[in-house]
Amino acid sequence: MRKTEKYITYLFLIALVFSCTKDDSGNDENEIVQEVVEDQKEDVNNTTSTDTSSSQNQSTSTEATYDRSSFLINIADNIIIPSHNQFKTDLIELQEASNAFEEETNDSNLNILREKWIASYKSWQHIEMYNIGRSEEIYFNSKMNIYPVNIDRLENNVSTGNYDLDNANNFSSQGFPALDYLLYGVGSSDSEIVEKFNSVSGYKAYLKDIILKMVNNTNQVIDSWTSYRDVFVSSTENTATSSINKLTNDFIYYYEKGFRANKIGIPAGVFSNDVLPDRVEAYYSKIYSKDLALEAMIAIDNFFQGKHFNSDETGDSLKTYLDFLDVIKNESNLSTLITEKFSSAKTSIESLDDNFALQLEQDYVKVLGTYDAIQLGVVLLKVDMLQALSINVDYTDADGD
Amino acid sequence: MFYNSKLYFKKYTSPEPLAVFRILFGLMMFLSIIRFWSKGWIETLYLEPKFHFSYYGFDWVKPLGELTYILFIICGLSALFVSIGYKYRFSIITFFLSFTYIELMDKTTYLNHYYFISILSFLMIFLPADKFFSVDNLKRKNYFAKIPKWTIDSIKILISIVYIYAGLAKINSDWLLKAMPLKIWLPSKYDIPVIGDYLLQQEWVHYLMSWSGMIYDLSIPFLLFYKKTRAFAFILVIIFHLFTAVLFPIGMFPYIMIVASLIFFDSKFHNKIIRLIKIIISPIKKYNIKKVEKFKYVYSKLITSIVIIFLIIQLIFPFRFVIYPGNLFWNEEGYRFSWRVMLMEKMGYTTFKIVDGVSNKYFYVDNKDFLTPFQEKQMSFQPDFIIEYAHFLGNHFTLQGHKNIEVYADSFVALNGRRSKRFIDPNINLMKEKRSLKHYSWIIPFKDEI
Repeated sequence: MRKTEKYITYLFLIALVFSCTKDDSGNDENEIVQEVVEDQKEDVNNTTSTDTSSSQNQSTSTEATYDRSSFLINIADNIIIPSHNQFKTDLIELQEASNAFEEETNDSNLNILREKWIASYKSWQHIEMYNIGRSEEIYFNSKMNIYPVNIDRLENNVSTGNYDLDNANNFSSQGFPALDYLLYGVGSSDSEIVEKFNSVSGYKAYLKDIILKMVNNTNQVIDSWTSYRDVFVSSTENTATSSINKLTNDFIYYYEKGFRANKIGIPAGVFSNDVLPDRVEAYYSKIYSKDLALEAMIAIDNFFQGKHFNSDETGDSLKTYLDFLDVIKNESNLSTLITEKFSSAKTSIESLDDNFALQLEQDYVKVLGTYDAIQLGVVLLKVDMLQALSINVDYTDADGD
Repeated sequence: MFYNSKLYFKKYTSPEPLAVFRILFGLMMFLSIIRFWSKGWIETLYLEPKFHFSYYGFDWVKPLGELTYILFIICGLSALFVSIGYKYRFSIITFFLSFTYIELMDKTTYLNHYYFISILSFLMIFLPADKFFSVDNLKRKNYFAKIPKWTIDSIKILISIVYIYAGLAKINSDWLLKAMPLKIWLPSKYDIPVIGDYLLQQEWVHYLMSWSGMIYDLSIPFLLFYKKTRAFAFILVIIFHLFTAVLFPIGMFPYIMIVASLIFFDSKFHNKIIRLIKIIISPIKKYNIKKVEKFKYVYSKLITSIVIIFLIIQLIFPFRFVIYPGNLFWNEEGYRFSWRVMLMEKMGYTTFKIVDGVSNKYFYVDNKDFLTPFQEKQMSFQPDFIIEYAHFLGNHFTLQGHKNIEVYADSFVALNGRRSKRFIDPNINLMKEKRSLKHYSWIIPFKDEI
């Protein structure tokens, strides 16, 4: 009896020491990236849910646990970095067109400038969903695409020539929405706009400055990826700050807020008593809000399926992750459900007028229908997918029970 | 039988186990408060939120602004006093009231082990835990050599209730036949050394953990009760609770249960602990105090009646879910306060549509305007939270001048890995529904069986 008592006392003391030193700090407590692993290997290669003729899928891991590294590598190397590089290319062209417009301010150059603007705005749709690394640090998204543009602030900046674009107060007076206003909104006709640029020098200076800012910020982000990439792909832990966790949370946040609410929901008056047509993206251009929404929808779908940027190849992604988990056998396949919802959302967007503001004025109920279609995807992502992956939406620091 | 129970209540035993229990319990509570404070949870959970979910009938219990800190100080100090046995009766009552008030302030933070601490400290109000090895002994210059046996047994019974009911709760088809929710939780712990990468990913391990968890819960009280199996049982206790501590974010619960199960050991064992403590605090000079043979309650019959009624309530209360229709895991009517510990994985998405009944204009509320992420998460799958929040929203917008406010919930919930399903009837105006302890008919029934 004595021996056992001694043994118990030691064990008890060890338990006490253990309890005092175990780091159960809040950071780790509630972020649980889970995958339920089936012993049977899921062959994911067969699904060709995208309408491409030859999709080569990466073969799934045959290990006990999902290859999260492969997932991150695919996203970083084949999606994030190429899409950012494309964006930079388009921005440079935008900058060149802006320079040409500055030198010869006429209708023709205005139109070229506009073309470059919408081209780069569309490229932007492929990267707005990321808010990680340097992007997050410098508030990249906020400096690129906060709309509606704050006209008073912008005009004030133009007339005083005195502004700090890094100041948070100026987030809504720079970036694409500011360009939207400058290129389409400062006058009621093309000739009026050209006239304004010719007569008020502040506009040219401002145009130059905000584009330069966009280029600089983009360079910062792209440059950081040369070293950040390795950090990013190796961060597979199940914590709040791991790449997988942040990437997934950012994606869901973007789908719910940047895409669903900003482009469709808020203008359609879902969150307010009345319809707000002037809150659509690219409002002043009038004809591009639908183009941008469609481009974003494509980007969302591509990310989910792990489709390489500018290619038909796919690799490890949230889709393959979910397919690997496929916990309850007699439930419908979750990733298929999600891509179906994306598809119907896309169809719904396509049925709207090119000019969202006009669509809202004429028949806003149709836009609400599009909102509902998008909303179905939100539930699947935020509830079903997060439960399967067991990633918590947020960082809540408290005990669970 | 009653003759035997009369005899039983007259039995006496040594007071060391109860004294050690008091010391360790008070100490753990004191450390818990400090831990809670140091993690900044007073601010994030009780000061920053604009809105707090209340327990039915306890809407009046609210955080006290800056005074909330005082509440925690009172709670921590009273725990310390309980531990050293200083003004024990007053301290344990203060601890019970302050701790329970803290828990009542916001339903969001409900945890089974907080509930356990509340009822345990309530029970301890009536126990003679200060009659041995306490500062009160020094002040009164006496101590007692024997206390009624039932006082120690009552704690053993309470702990057994927790374990047995937790075990009974695990007897359901999701837990035993589908290894849910462990099948979702265990594989996520792939970072744990040695076992995370392979073992925790295996399906047979999920089933093993589910079944052994259930068997452990149901058998451990009996193993602890009987002397022959006690040592082995305690080793199991330590292993089991340390394992859950590593796997899950459940705070102090495992350590509280380990310490609490010491009560099952006899006085010889506890004497050793007391001698150890005496060595640690040996600089204190020796006291000469009188030994009294037996401790007798002044209001013996009243106290024993209270404790008996208390334990009977504890036995019956977890079964109240049977009077409600529908699925327990889905509706959660009678789910709380019944030792359903880490039993299910449930996630929801719930937003609210505010309709102006006159103009028929409507808008959806951004929950972030009113709730913290933690509150929103808890609200999203618990109907009692949903109706309380719905009423809050309705009243809030009525105050803003809108008329005939109607509130509708757009709500989806996924349970134990099933596909998400609509949870609340979207066509029922929750402003017209009453908040009550009755069944809520606006919950869409669960279409599966557990």
